Amino acid sequence: MTDLSEKPGTPADCATWVQVCRVTDIPFDAGIAALINENTPQETQIALFRTLDSDTVYAISNFDPFSEANVLGRGILCSIGEQLAVASPVLKQHFSLTTGQCFEDADVSITTYPVKVSDGTVFVDTSATTLEAK
Amino acid sequence: MSSKQSVVVIGNGMVGHKFLQALADAGVAAQLAITVFCEEPRVAYDRVHLTEFFNGRSAHDLSLVEEGFYASHNIRVLLGDKAVALDRDAKTVTSSNGETLAYDKLVLATGSFPFVPPIPGHDRDNCFVYRTIEDLEAIRAGAAGGSVGVVIGGGLLGLEAAKALKDLGLTTHVVEFAPRLMAVQVDDGGGAVLRKKIEDLGVFVHTGKNTQNIGAGDKHFHKMTFADGSEIETDVLLFSAGIRPQDALARKFGLDVGERGGIVINDNCQTSDPDIYAIGECALWGGRIYGLVAPGYKMAQVAAEHISGGNNNSFTGADMSTKLKLMGVDVASIGDAHGNTPDCRAYTYIDGSDEIYKKIVVDKTGKRLLGAVLIGDATDYGNLLQLALNNIPLPEFPDALILPQRDGSGVSGLGVSALPDSAQICSCNDVSKGALCTAIADGATTLGELKSCTKAGTSCGGCNALVAQVLNAELEKMGLEVSTDICEHFPYSRQELYHLVRVEEIKTFYDLLDKHGAGRGCDICKPAVASILASCWNDYVLEPKHAGLQDTNDRYLGNMQKNGTYSIVPRIAGGEITPDKLIVLGAVAKKYQLYTKITGGQRIDLFGARLEQLPEIWQELIDAGFETGHAYGKALRTVKSCVGSTWCRYGQQDSVALALEVEHRYKGLRSPHKIKSAVSGCTRECAEAQSKDFGIIATEKGWNLYVCGNGGMKPRHADLFATDLDKQTLIKYVDRFLMFYVRTADRLQRTSTWLNNMEGGLDYLREVVIEDSLGICAQLEAEMAQIVGTYQCEWKTTIENPEKLKMFRPFVNSDKGDSNIIFVEERGQIRPAQKLEIINAGADKSATPKKEQVPA
Ligand code: SRM
Ligand SMILES: Cc1cc2nc3c(=O)[nH]c(=O)nc-3n(C[C@H](O)[C@H](O)[C@H](O)COP(=O)(O)OP(=O)(O)OC[C@H]3O[C@@H](n4cnc5c(N)ncnc54)[C@H](O)[C@@H]3O)c2cc1C
Ligand code: SF4
Ligand code: FES
Repeated sequence: MTDLSEKPGTPADCATWVQVCRVTDIPFDAGIAALINENTPQETQIALFRTLDSDTVYAISNFDPFSEANVLGRGILCSIGEQLAVASPVLKQHFSLTTGQCFEDADVSITTYPVKVSDGTVFVDTSATTLEAK
Repeated sequence: MSSKQSVVVIGNGMVGHKFLQALADAGVAAQLAITVFCEEPRVAYDRVHLTEFFNGRSAHDLSLVEEGFYASHNIRVLLGDKAVALDRDAKTVTSSNGETLAYDKLVLATGSFPFVPPIPGHDRDNCFVYRTIEDLEAIRAGAAGGSVGVVIGGGLLGLEAAKALKDLGLTTHVVEFAPRLMAVQVDDGGGAVLRKKIEDLGVFVHTGKNTQNIGAGDKHFHKMTFADGSEIETDVLLFSAGIRPQDALARKFGLDVGERGGIVINDNCQTSDPDIYAIGECALWGGRIYGLVAPGYKMAQVAAEHISGGNNNSFTGADMSTKLKLMGVDVASIGDAHGNTPDCRAYTYIDGSDEIYKKIVVDKTGKRLLGAVLIGDATDYGNLLQLALNNIPLPEFPDALILPQRDGSGVSGLGVSALPDSAQICSCNDVSKGALCTAIADGATTLGELKSCTKAGTSCGGCNALVAQVLNAELEKMGLEVSTDICEHFPYSRQELYHLVRVEEIKTFYDLLDKHGAGRGCDICKPAVASILASCWNDYVLEPKHAGLQDTNDRYLGNMQKNGTYSIVPRIAGGEITPDKLIVLGAVAKKYQLYTKITGGQRIDLFGARLEQLPEIWQELIDAGFETGHAYGKALRTVKSCVGSTWCRYGQQDSVALALEVEHRYKGLRSPHKIKSAVSGCTRECAEAQSKDFGIIATEKGWNLYVCGNGGMKPRHADLFATDLDKQTLIKYVDRFLMFYVRTADRLQRTSTWLNNMEGGLDYLREVVIEDSLGICAQLEAEMAQIVGTYQCEWKTTIENPEKLKMFRPFVNSDKGDSNIIFVEERGQIRPAQKLEIINAGADKSATPKKEQVPA
């Protein structure tokens, strides 16, 4: 797996990569929800996004802290200046795809997950969820 | 004797200075010979922020007088000189320096002095009061030697003084005679929360303590002894037991004073001697002393105008609501905080963990706000105060005003937008909303500019949040006028984008972005362009190249609800439905346990469908002959109808038949905002056609067409556009009207605002649509014909397309449903569970309501 596009800032050692779907399962320039650690105590909903130019994939929590509903995967992809973000479909707050930071409220941010794509298959590092669960 | 009228002012405090400013602003200072006696060694300074003297703000910083202000208005200020005698017959004032001055008008602005209870030992060294810069200098010196400080008096000033002692590094106690802190402003509940917060800050609070003696201490300088026998030792003792009006001169020289002090004044601020005025804290109006700066400022204004011969301003009392930060704790009190009004009702919210206490007092109808107490979180102060002052009707459930906003809803509608222009935003400086708006319109577009040119927010600061709200609201409005760029990704207005798409025959967002945009788009431009593309080419909205652009409602062809589920609104054209179809709706709703409601648009809305249920539900509806109602789209929504001539004894024409025809003609038309219509069978207008984007009313001879009506946030009656039309002409006009709207309106601009912003207005619109003044009507009709011809039911197309159905899977890698969607039962139907209910249900999954067992 040397040809992997490793996301910067991923502590490779404690990473636990799980296979989620094919890149092409994610709608073009949009997002979709995925379930990881299914049926475990760490079962978590994440949102996967696929950008329009490259096949780069981003993974963030699917939970919108404002509406408290699992909807972020259904939000619209945005670029705000240089940053990539998703707009919550419910009340339209924006969250950075790379940091999870909310643009409207400095106090709010959501979990992001390292992603890598290996010949068309999307892998997500779920160690963040296990850490959370601890 | 100078020829100029001579005005003598006694007292150069906050109000005395405001008076001089008022004369200067009115431009009359020059015509007068003005002299001011100023007992203090320095000219007026900001007493309200006196405490900041301890946080490094120098006397100079606190000064209220701009460099050279007095000189430039040749006002003579006698520093450190105290007026000691009056001769009202000779009309002269004599001062401690032996100066005697003649006056035509005399103004007493002597303020008040701190009351020191005559407790034995109150005059010992290291006993202080808290009113002047000299007082603070003395306190600082006294504290230097000691380690403990006590404030006698737990009122507003007492707590502020206590903070000061704490900041000076003393172990601080507050001793209050009453059973609670700030007894005047807050009720017991509020007092308790306040006490806890202040104790958390390390200040010791002793309420219900009656100090009987102050003597020498053993470990510290003083020993205080209380009625209950207990004692406290302290080095510094600070009296903050209230203030008394400084009315010594008035008493001595025979002006009327109240029996508990205060110089009696009338609405012009004249005392019992018409040539002598009293303003500020020394004045007694309507049997009341006003211990706040705002009323004093108002008096200064009134007196100044009256002395310069004006007569249209008067002091008629003032609102004593206050908001302040005491030791970092927000405290606010509005109007009848104690609920003394007969049969008023109170709502209280207490957040034990954050120690937030909020109480509102409303009248017996529950429609008017009388008072409020806010402790720990005073963010609602501005809005509440305005509601109370302007008698604005309260929402149906007044408690919503103080309850934390759980969902996005909340009561923002009652923000500044709800206020009349006359609403006073800044009471200190008497600045109205209207005044702010004018200033903003004149270019004061930053908070700083706005404050300096209107003075709003420059005194107590209590109104700052509100001033900012007004600014933002106005800027937003202007924003639409100033830059018409739809967002950072396209330097074009919606109208310009529409033309680019049409003229260059652009078929996808991404082509448009390449050719004319920057970045990758956002939730503003993507749906807008998607709508334009649909208006022009009418592609299926879920084509891969369009799907990602759609607002979630369009993307999943249903309106998303607060818990992430969707509503289902099949088209029921004209509101006409057969019993069989009605039964189908009932059966489907029952099978999938959907909350069912008759909408305001003469159709039926089924709420609570999970993403993954949408296709199967629509399958059943379509099999039964239903089609999508576009309730999710910025598109034609409903064409309401009344029964018309078929049944109604008054009916002139068959309004139902026309409504059906119109709705089926324009269904699916994507537009800048939603479009609504209605057809009434006669002038009684039971279908409310005049509240619609286009409304049709039957006449004896044919149909009257009304345009650009709107209900919703800003209702507007539709204008009569053309009369007695035959059906063919009617449809022709509507085709042109709608297409012209689709071409030229801004994003999310209803026809009403579109017309309001249209140069030439209704006449121009008539020229374009009826007289074809732009020669585009043939084109408009052709474009409409193309839309009508290419209509498809998006839901039908979707369920016939397996690829598309994938989108409705809850998870790309699992068929499991969202376990976070939980419903509870209410009035025999489901509704989304509230947070608490979810937590409980989470604890015991089996308790999760039936919804989970729906056949999948
Ligand atoms: C269901 C319904 C209320 C009801 O229970 O009756 C309703 C529900 C919604 N209305 Fe409405 N409106 C409904 C009739 C109305 C009416 C009455 C009418 O149409 O005769 C009005 C005022 C008339 C008008 O629009 O001019 C109305 C004025 C609004 C507005 C304000 C529009 C405006 O110009 O100010 C909005 C907000 C918006 O559209 O931007 C809105 C938006 C909404 C949305 C779509 C908000 C949203 O995006 O979630 C609500 C969700 C619908 C859903 O989930 O299915 N709704 N709404 C009505 C559906 C009518 C229908 O059958 O399609
Ligand atoms: C610590 C503190 C905090 C406060 N916080 C607030 C607040 O948050 N909000 C609010 O609205 N209000 C607040 N106040 C009250 C506010 O400061 C007063 O309402 C305001 O100063 C009243 O102005 P005035 O001119 O009437 O009286 P003053 O400001 O007291 O001015 C009276 C002046 O007249 C002088 N004078 C008196 N007699 C004579 C004489 N015979 N000859 C010459 N000069 C004379 C006095 O020396 C004094 O300088 C606070 C007050 C204090 C002390
Ligand atoms: S609008 Fe006229 S025709 Fe229609 S129901 Fe009302 S009264 Fe009858
Ligand atoms: S209300 Fe006091 S500064 Fe505006």
